This record gives sequence, structure tokens and C-alpha cells, in this order.
Amino acid sequence: METNGVVSIDVDAEEVHVLAVDDSLVDRKVIERLLKISACKVTAVDSGIRALQFLGLDESDGFVPGLKVDLVITDYCMPGMTGYELLKKIKQESSSFREIPVVIMSSENILPRIDRCLEEGAEDFIVKPVKLSDVKRLKGYMTTRDVRGETENREINVNFNGNVEGNNGVGINNKRKLEEASDEFSSEPSISSSPSVSLSSSPMSSSPDVLDSPIRRLKMADTE
Amino acid sequence: MNRLLSFLFHQGVLDEQFLQLQQLQDETSPNFVSEVVNIYFHQSEKLLRNLRSLLMERELMDYKKMGIDLNQLMGSSSSIGAKRVTNVCVAFRVATEQNNRAGCFRALEMLEHEYCYLKNKLHELFQIEQQRALAAGVRYPVQNE
Repeated sequence: METNGVVSIDVDAEEVHVLAVDDSLVDRKVIERLLKISACKVTAVDSGIRALQFLGLDESDGFVPGLKVDLVITDYCMPGMTGYELLKKIKQESSSFREIPVVIMSSENILPRIDRCLEEGAEDFIVKPVKLSDVKRLKGYMTTRDVRGETENREINVNFNGNVEGNNGVGINNKRKLEEASDEFSSEPSISSSPSVSLSSSPMSSSPDVLDSPIRRLKMADTE
Repeated sequence: MNRLLSFLFHQGVLDEQFLQLQQLQDETSPNFVSEVVNIYFHQSEKLLRNLRSLLMERELMDYKKMGIDLNQLMGSSSSIGAKRVTNVCVAFRVATEQNNRAGCFRALEMLEHEYCYLKNKLHELFQIEQQRALAAGVRYPVQNE
């Protein structure tokens, strides 16, 4: 147990809903199970087109989604519409759909591909095979959205010294989280005001450390 | 971990992703591993058949299509932790990128061999687990269903 205790404020007990997109049935089963075991509601579809239909973004106006989607996780390489094309379609929306975090999965560790996805607005890029620690990090992105001031609030973890962090210790969105944190808790006395990404000083037992983020690992190893 | 599983790890047949799958199995999903593995077998055999028929083409071989099938096989193999099969897929893919017909044949032979070995060993593993579960039931017969 860490010396800084973590208090979980469960503002709303609602589960997060993840839309998983992968043309491989094996991978769909695995990602579905990984998400369910991490207390997420999951809808798994086999193509980008079906994903757009489920979100209600498909031009044909066929299906209206019943559940709000909090995160889209998609394979990159798919026949028909690639995960990258799906990402672009979602981010090009003028509605609130654009705000949905999109995570790309790929069995290929290709830096230009990763960069392209991040530039297009992907929240993260996971190199397959996907593990439980990857999914734990994803839950942090859904927390981030709430700290940004969405109407539905979910779990916010507060350290005793007033730092607000998501379920992950670090990730590429840490800077944004820290900025929101100081807004949300401006009355708290001791917020570590360092703007750099150093939340790993008090890692939670469930959060991976810096090197676990493939983005960081790849950026450090970009001579490979 | 039983001896067979330990052996398969040492041989590099399976890697830690297989352990990850086992961690996802619990009372709410007690057959998760065998379910996923059976889907994998079903999918893989189709892909292997495709690859063989693509390689049997007398004239122009569709290396690109082979590459697509290989990507799928590679992806699902790595998702279940089938390390050796995944590695052979990688080598096979290199051969397709080089339009190396002979290399492709050799790679397919090796792939079929590794896949068969994996399938046999996983079947054995599931049998051992089933027997264990049965044995446990016999030893403690007091449970009322």
C-alpha cells in the first residue's frame, strides 16, 4: 500500500461503455473479456461501418444507438474501412461525437502509423496483443473526459495531497489532466504545481508506470 | 502451472499472453480460454487452407492475398500467445514480400507443422485440466448441486 492513500469518489456508479471494433473474432473475444473484467460495458462489432452505424453516424441513418459510448477502441488493419479511417470519421464530426476518445490497436509497431493516428486525434495507440494493463490505462481516458467538465461524472481519484489523477498514473493526456485538476480543486492547499508529467511519484497499485505506455516506450526507442 | 504448460513456455510455443488469457478466466467465464482457443483453431484452419490453395496456383501467385491472410493469422496467434506460430508467420510474410515462391513453400510447411503441434499440445493441456477438475469432484463428493 502506498503512503498516499487514494480516495475514490464514486460520483456516479454507471459503468463506462466501450465500443470495440475488430474484424478478428478471436481478438474481439479477448478485448471484450478484458473490458468486461475491467467493469466496462462492451459492444463489439466487426467493422468500421458497423461502428459508425452503432454510433448513429452512418449516412444511411439506419440504427439509433441506445447506449452512450464513452470510448471507441479499434483495430487499425481491417478490410473495408481501416481503424484510421474510422478515427478520422469520428473526429470530423461537428457534434459531441468528436469528443469520444478513440484508441487504435495494431499488431504492427510502426512509428509513422502511430504518429499519424495521434495527429488525427487518437487518444492512444496500443500494440497488440492487448493486455489487462493496457485496458486499465484506457479507463483513465474516460475519467479525463469527466474532469473536462462533462455532465456525467464518474470515478475521480483524489490523493491525500490534493492531486487529482485518473486511473492511470501517466499517459499522454497528463498535461491536460493537471490543468483541469488545478481548476477543479483550486481551494486545495497543496497541489503539486509542476506542469511536467510526473504523476508517477505516487503510483497507484493498479496503474502502470511510465514505461508501460507504448507511446512513451516507442518515443524513447525511436532509433529502432 | 502444470508441467506441460511449463514445458510449452520453455519451448517458446506459448508466451505470457497465454497466461494473460488464463487470468481472464473465472467463475463468470469458466471456459474462456478453451472458447477463445477453439475459435482460434477454427479461424486458423480456414486461413491455412487458403494459404495452401494460394500457393498451389500454377502461374501467378497472389502474394498480396497471402500477406493479408498471414496478417490475420499472425494477429490471432499473438492474441492467444502462440509465439512460435506467430514467428513463423512473420518469416512467411517476409517471403511473400520478396515474392519468394520457394521460401513461401518452406514457410507454409513449417507453419502447418507448428500449428499442428500447438493444437495437439493445447488439446492435451485442456484434457489435463478437465481430468483435474473431475478428480477434484471425486475427492470432494459432498457438494449438492
